[in-house]
Amino acid sequence: MISNDLNTVLPEIILAVYAMVALMFAVYTGKDRTASMLTWLTAAVLAGLGAWIATRPEGAATAFNGAFIDDGFSRYAKVVMLWASAIMLLLSQDYLRRNNMHKFEYPILISLAVVGMMMMVSAGDLMALYMGLELQSLSLYVIAAFRRDSLKSTEAGLKYFVLGALSSGMLLYGASFVYGYTGTTNFAGIASTVGEEGLGLGMLFGLVFLCVGMAFKISAAPFHMWTPDVYEGSPTPVTAFFATAPKMAAAGLFARVMHDAFGGAGADWTQIIAFLSLVSMFLGAVAAIGQTNIKRLMAYSSIAHMGFALMGLAAGTKEGVTALLIYMAIYVVMNIGTFAFILNMEKDGRAVTDIRSLGLYSKIAPGRAAALAVLMFSLAGIPPLVGFIGKLYVLKAAVAADMAWLAIAGVIASVIGAFYYLRIIYYMYFGEETEGLDGAMPTLHYAALAISAAIMVVGIVNPFGIEGYAAMAAEALLR
Amino acid sequence: MENVLTIVTFLPLLAAIILMVFLRGDDAAAQRNAKILALVATLATFLVSIAIYTEFNPAVTDFQLVEEYEWFGGLTYKMGVDGISVLFVLLTTFLMPIVIGSCWAVTERVKEYMIMFLLLETLMIAVFCALDLVLFYVVFEAGLIPMFLIVGIWGGKDRIYAAFKFFLYTLLGSVLMLVAMLMMWFDAGTTDIPTLLNHEFSYETMTIMGISIVGGLQTLMFLAFFASFAVKLPMWPVHTWLPDAHVQAPTAGSVVLAAILLKMGGYGFLRFSLPMFPVATELLADFVMTLSVIAIIYTSLVAMMQEDMKKLIAYSSVAHMGFVTIGIFAVNQQGLDGAIFQMLSHGFISGALFLGVGVIYDRMHTRDIDAYGGLVVRMPAYALVFMLFTMANVGLPGTSGFVGEFLTLTAAFQANTWVAFGATTGVILSAGYALWLYRRVIFGDMIKASLMTITDMNTRERMMMAPLVIMTVLLGIYPSLVLDVIGPSVSALVEQVETATMHLGTETVTKVASH
Repeated sequence: MISNDLNTVLPEIILAVYAMVALMFAVYTGKDRTASMLTWLTAAVLAGLGAWIATRPEGAATAFNGAFIDDGFSRYAKVVMLWASAIMLLLSQDYLRRNNMHKFEYPILISLAVVGMMMMVSAGDLMALYMGLELQSLSLYVIAAFRRDSLKSTEAGLKYFVLGALSSGMLLYGASFVYGYTGTTNFAGIASTVGEEGLGLGMLFGLVFLCVGMAFKISAAPFHMWTPDVYEGSPTPVTAFFATAPKMAAAGLFARVMHDAFGGAGADWTQIIAFLSLVSMFLGAVAAIGQTNIKRLMAYSSIAHMGFALMGLAAGTKEGVTALLIYMAIYVVMNIGTFAFILNMEKDGRAVTDIRSLGLYSKIAPGRAAALAVLMFSLAGIPPLVGFIGKLYVLKAAVAADMAWLAIAGVIASVIGAFYYLRIIYYMYFGEETEGLDGAMPTLHYAALAISAAIMVVGIVNPFGIEGYAAMAAEALLR
Repeated sequence: MENVLTIVTFLPLLAAIILMVFLRGDDAAAQRNAKILALVATLATFLVSIAIYTEFNPAVTDFQLVEEYEWFGGLTYKMGVDGISVLFVLLTTFLMPIVIGSCWAVTERVKEYMIMFLLLETLMIAVFCALDLVLFYVVFEAGLIPMFLIVGIWGGKDRIYAAFKFFLYTLLGSVLMLVAMLMMWFDAGTTDIPTLLNHEFSYETMTIMGISIVGGLQTLMFLAFFASFAVKLPMWPVHTWLPDAHVQAPTAGSVVLAAILLKMGGYGFLRFSLPMFPVATELLADFVMTLSVIAIIYTSLVAMMQEDMKKLIAYSSVAHMGFVTIGIFAVNQQGLDGAIFQMLSHGFISGALFLGVGVIYDRMHTRDIDAYGGLVVRMPAYALVFMLFTMANVGLPGTSGFVGEFLTLTAAFQANTWVAFGATTGVILSAGYALWLYRRVIFGDMIKASLMTITDMNTRERMMMAPLVIMTVLLGIYPSLVLDVIGPSVSALVEQVETATMHLGTETVTKVASH
């Protein structure tokens, strides 16, 4: 029995053990001199685990009395998170080295965060959920403040920690309500209680608080306040990491809790999610208009995108979850490319974040400008780029779930949001010539940028079978 | 050739990719090569597209030359043409070599410029061939990207404002259409346009938030599509992006915009609004007609007062598109014939007028009407060509402009006398602004010193204008060339709308009356 359980959680165990061994190894040997080696090794471990999970046999298994679920849904999310983390880790190396932050703790903290995320999407129990969430969050708090001598970075870390702790508290409070009214923390148990007795007032309170806690983690409005500050203050590689894997984890967790534990009360929570989605889409679109700092801009962009992703969840159907998963995978790919570029926005060896510095960038580096322009159009959801496919799926799910009003609101928000993506293109292609950026781009970053842009263009012919995998994953969640 | 539509559609894209990948450098030789490659590609596309014309059988009203392949997520890549769309494809392939020819004087970022136009050609042809709802949306919307960059990078002084306005305006219109398309997909369970043409969408009166909506789902979807096509066409009062975009766009951009991109709106009405939402069409026809008449009179008056030549022609385009919508929403044989004819003829005429402005702009670098005068002295050939197109724009018998306007006015008269009355006023006004423009630019004394050395059209410019002159006159004296091709499909469409509205005619009309 135990061996079966351990077999189910083997990937997580491997990664956790790896993180601890790596920590010991680094502390007792070369400390920061091992950083480069550890980064490569960690990336290899993450990518390898991702490949392994991708090829694991289909079917679902639970471990530890249902506290941990390994099914198609969690595997999909894990593959996306592991690969995104591996890529982001490799991309961050160059920046960290240039800014004297290349410390051995970084890859180890990332691995621990990834263990937490894997736990989150596999959670089958409120306890497991909280463990995963906190492991992830604590690791992220630390790396947000990774630049110890920078006021902004430490401020970002602290802000993130305080607000994160608050949201964890809310989540726990909600969890305690749920436990109090159902007598169990197990999702299956909660689901059966909800199915039999419906959602009482106390349970509803619990549900709302759970939603608040998770909305904070996914940075959905109106619980988004930390996002712009943390994105801006954190070192850019950390921001880049925040924008990819943790978003997938939070979205996966959200879908998991809603469908697995509260699947029987869809009518209640779809309203909450629809509200979060609506507010996020508009806030993300409108608030980004005035931003000139590209990291803040990407923060608001992520809020708007999470709004769209939540629209899939708000539909409350299998198509909705499929759409959510497709959307998140596409979103992660777009962000990898975009941040590969942002990581190299430099002038005279100093990082630049003002988008006005991109003035006529297309004359300086036509290839990079074209790739970034493709990504911006894709983030704006303009066909024929793949960003549109993500939007198409969530909108279709919303319409099919009789939420045409949400779809209409969403497309209007996307038009408002298109403005600031276009503005970056405008600076690059027909703005005023400015002092400009001069940073060279390492091959690795250039490859990430070019490949993700190429995916955006080629994907319209056939989006790499992503919809098949996502549909399988959604099938597993709503079995 | 079985895949002729795909070949025609993607030939320009192929050329664009070749340019992107293989052409290096930005010296004069590279620029020349880019232009020549683009010209060859567009000419080749035109030659291949002639095969569409020869293989097309006008007597068949179904879609022809159909190709269908699986796409993703239950969508299909389905292409095909019928009598309504086939000539738009040919219009596009016919005009594009001329457009490329008009770029010959450009020296800034030539390679990218050519790539943009080649991409645009692929997307425009695909719009007219697409037989899948989502495929149509993708190519319809994707055209915004190259056009945004064309206006933004190669445009005039206020290009940034114009580019953003163009992009966001059109995008806002289109996204509502997207939601409606998703509803259709959900409702009918398919995105196949031929199937959807025969699908009856519900027109039960429904109530949303206490507002009762006559025509129900059909009305809502009609309005969503209308939002997109009315902006694209453009119709009053959502036309304001057009003058800005036209004035700021480079010559070739203006030509494409006026001659082809605007026609997508009219085509959309014919392909979607009429056959798919016949009840809503019936209900809202008067509303659209009213807007059209206002558009014709108002924009004609506005055109009269313009100082900028391109702006004047832009406003006259809006007025001419008013005739198109009148023809379409009269829903009878003459009306639809006239609307399609008017769109094709406007493609040649407005294209030629913008090229004409480009000719003197290249020489004088101003579009101010006041900066010219007496050009006939030094540019007799130009004066002659410009005369022909001015007259065609007014609708002089013997030019293609006459046929379109006459047919739409006949149709309007059958549908509503007052509409015909108002629209005819527009014809008079159009004579006013067009002739006055001609008088101020071409005639009068040549007193401005800067004009003394201006040269007449060169061989390249003559070669660009010649096909347009031929087409304008040819269609003017032998309109059957077009009408025979579109006739059967148009009458099938009219019949479809009539049968859809007839058997419920009395019932709905009384319902409307009681509201």
